[in-house]
Amino acid sequence: MSVRQTLLAAATASILAVAMAPASAQSLRYANQGDLKSLDPHTLNESTTHAHLAHVFEGLTARDKDLKIIPALAESWETPEPTRWRFHLRKGVKFHNGDPFTADDVVFSADRVRKKGSNLQTRIPADAKVVKIDDHTVDFILTSPNPILNSQWDTWYIMNKKWAETNNAVEPTPAAATTPSFASLNANGTGPFTVESHQPGVKTVYKANPNWWRKPEHNLKEIIFTPIGSDATRVAALLSGEVDVIEPVPIQDITRVDSSPNAQVLKGPELRTIFLGMDQVRDELLYSNIKGKNPFKDIKVREAFFKAVDVELIKTRVMRGLSTPSALMIAPQLFKLSGDFTRPKLDPDGAKKLLTEAGYPDGFEVTMDCPNDRYVNDAAICQAVVGMLARIGVKVTLLAQPKAQYFAKVLKPGGYQTSFYLLGWTPGTLDSHNVLYDIMGCRDDPKSSRGEANLGGYCNKKLDELADKVLQESDMAKRDLLIKQAYEIGAKDFGYIPLHQQALAWGVSKKVKLSQRADNQVLLYWATKQD
Amino acid sequence: MLAFTLRRAIQAIGVMIAVGVIAFSMFRFAGDPVNQIVSLDTPAAEREAVRKSLGLDDPVPVQFARYFANAAQFKFGVSYQFRQPVANLLMERMPATLELAACATVLAMVFGILMGVYSALRRDTILTKFFQAVSLIGISLPTFLIGILLIYLFSVTLGWLPSFGRGDVVRIGWWTTGLLTLSGLKALIMPSITLGLFQMTLIMRLVRAEMLEVLRTDYIRFARARGLTTRAIHFGHALKNTLVPVITVAGLQFGSVIAFAIITETVFQWPGMGLLFVQAVQNVDIPIMAAYLLMVSLIFVTINLVVDILYTVVDPRLRSTIRRPA
Repeated sequence: MSVRQTLLAAATASILAVAMAPASAQSLRYANQGDLKSLDPHTLNESTTHAHLAHVFEGLTARDKDLKIIPALAESWETPEPTRWRFHLRKGVKFHNGDPFTADDVVFSADRVRKKGSNLQTRIPADAKVVKIDDHTVDFILTSPNPILNSQWDTWYIMNKKWAETNNAVEPTPAAATTPSFASLNANGTGPFTVESHQPGVKTVYKANPNWWRKPEHNLKEIIFTPIGSDATRVAALLSGEVDVIEPVPIQDITRVDSSPNAQVLKGPELRTIFLGMDQVRDELLYSNIKGKNPFKDIKVREAFFKAVDVELIKTRVMRGLSTPSALMIAPQLFKLSGDFTRPKLDPDGAKKLLTEAGYPDGFEVTMDCPNDRYVNDAAICQAVVGMLARIGVKVTLLAQPKAQYFAKVLKPGGYQTSFYLLGWTPGTLDSHNVLYDIMGCRDDPKSSRGEANLGGYCNKKLDELADKVLQESDMAKRDLLIKQAYEIGAKDFGYIPLHQQALAWGVSKKVKLSQRADNQVLLYWATKQD
Repeated sequence: MLAFTLRRAIQAIGVMIAVGVIAFSMFRFAGDPVNQIVSLDTPAAEREAVRKSLGLDDPVPVQFARYFANAAQFKFGVSYQFRQPVANLLMERMPATLELAACATVLAMVFGILMGVYSALRRDTILTKFFQAVSLIGISLPTFLIGILLIYLFSVTLGWLPSFGRGDVVRIGWWTTGLLTLSGLKALIMPSITLGLFQMTLIMRLVRAEMLEVLRTDYIRFARARGLTTRAIHFGHALKNTLVPVITVAGLQFGSVIAFAIITETVFQWPGMGLLFVQAVQNVDIPIMAAYLLMVSLIFVTINLVVDILYTVVDPRLRSTIRRPA
């Protein structure tokens, strides 16, 4: 056959294939703003990646539709003593390549996730020992009690030891890899789907795993994932029926998607809290006209800022109703007693008085740092805040930048170069301790990692003491009371100005039924699609 | 001639090094790559380890020297985001971009010349006015807007063409092509129009202006006087003489078609090199940015070099100036 004939045959065959392909029943097409950058489950600690890999891999535990921790590869677990956790592994589970799942895989994965190059090293304490008791029992021996040890284990995925050893994938793929990594392009998990093909940044095809140990809730035979970065194109693809699920739907397009005949927007509260922070460490602000002192060290100034910001207005005008104003630095779903807190009332006149009392009757000038491509309408929120503070005489200069530049400037490696900023935070552990430690903890000890994301350096030693007690306390009711005390201190100090939890917005074809989880993980193994 | 080519080649290398220097000095303003690699709650010590492993704690000149030493051996490093060799990623994406650019250029040439000739010969017809209006749109509307308008018309409203992607592709060796499948061809239509529209209007206006110019020259009048058919005069003599500058411009524009494919590829989620570059900028993926910029400058430099050499082959008057540089 000549080249030309071959080409013709190929063309005919592919045209036939296109023409004869059955109406894509049970084949779900999904588009996300972001890429699936690596199939190596220990490379990237980012929720989109975790959500993707949740179709392929599983952890010892999982989280259900309401984010409750449920058994997965571990059938059950107990803590015979506070520093020893015993996990009983599920029997009869097989990896996609047919290898049985055993305790060796757990010990291997526990080592791998803590190795250099892993971005998930904090999933298991570095000094914890992982001991195989028998083929289906593993003990985790800790040096200090940790009641929330397994809170993030739903995204610490178990890899197959033998497969990793055969394919030179024992080490996690580091960002500075010099050789192409096998594990970043291939995957062998125990999850509901297998990876059929993966072209980074272009297309990933998952096939349903017929040997999955759980009874599937989905009716899919495959998932075809394409990243679509451009908002308009992603929405167009949903409206024209070329994809079935998109995430996210831009706020301004929600009405249009809802009014279209073939798709709708699935909305719900997200766990991320958006807040404002103020530099309370420096003796003189980096970006202000007040020299020789730092106005934010005065609690009255912080209170004035708090009372000048109208979160309801931000909700109705900027977020088009899609936000939940927050009194706390954590989402209400993640803290039982959050109902006990209410936001201090909006009070511009009182705020003005407070400023006068603090010695700034005519206000002052300060620069605000803000990302413009990280959170929903982030730059617009900042603009609104600028206007609200102008009413009490504070002249805010807004510096809104793309996240790459913004984070380079305000985070610790950039030297916390900010006076006033907007940030969003979801505690990775879905637990208050993370907020109290990373965001509200003092950052005065250079050796400790406490307060590393506390960009303004708010500090109250009493709160730190409570946070340490929270970490040790295993009685959940007592623990919640301790957390509540800590948040009360933070609120009384006006250390931060929590604004709201933004809303999730997924675009879903009317043919598809899907559960939305508040951590914004799109999990299609709960999806069903009709013809 | 050899000396001329050599001199030009050396200049080309100089241009590429200059592009590299400018690119490297600008990467610092793109942000901190480490922030894009790790998550927000990663401890500072771990961040430092990543920074060190990437060699980002070295001074910029050292990083630059290291990069060029590697690039000279065709080692372009590993992408920060995808953890794959940059050369592989670019090669994988190259067919998509080249196919799109070639289609757009062919489209622009064919329709540009046809419309240009028509509007030069029939100056006052309605169709000519329509062509001129279209060319005004093509020149003045930004590419992304044209792309989105096309998507809304042909994908969302009419449902004729796919709004994104490349359709099904056939693999021939390392090359992937969308030209052999129906869905691939359908997917190619809107991006090609979007990318080629500007070139098309440029060529149309150029052909029209040149054609009008040529039609006024003496030899056309003589041809008429000799009694040649209008057809022979218009297409045999006038158009042929018009095409020399058109081909030059189209050739030079091919480089910018590839470079400007960035926007079209972003709008249509076309899996080419431009899209890879845009994603790399957002994620401060320096190895991809650097390699892409070098490659685009190589394309430009090569095209210019070829055009320069072709000029001297075509036009003997230039050769004397080359021998005695002013």
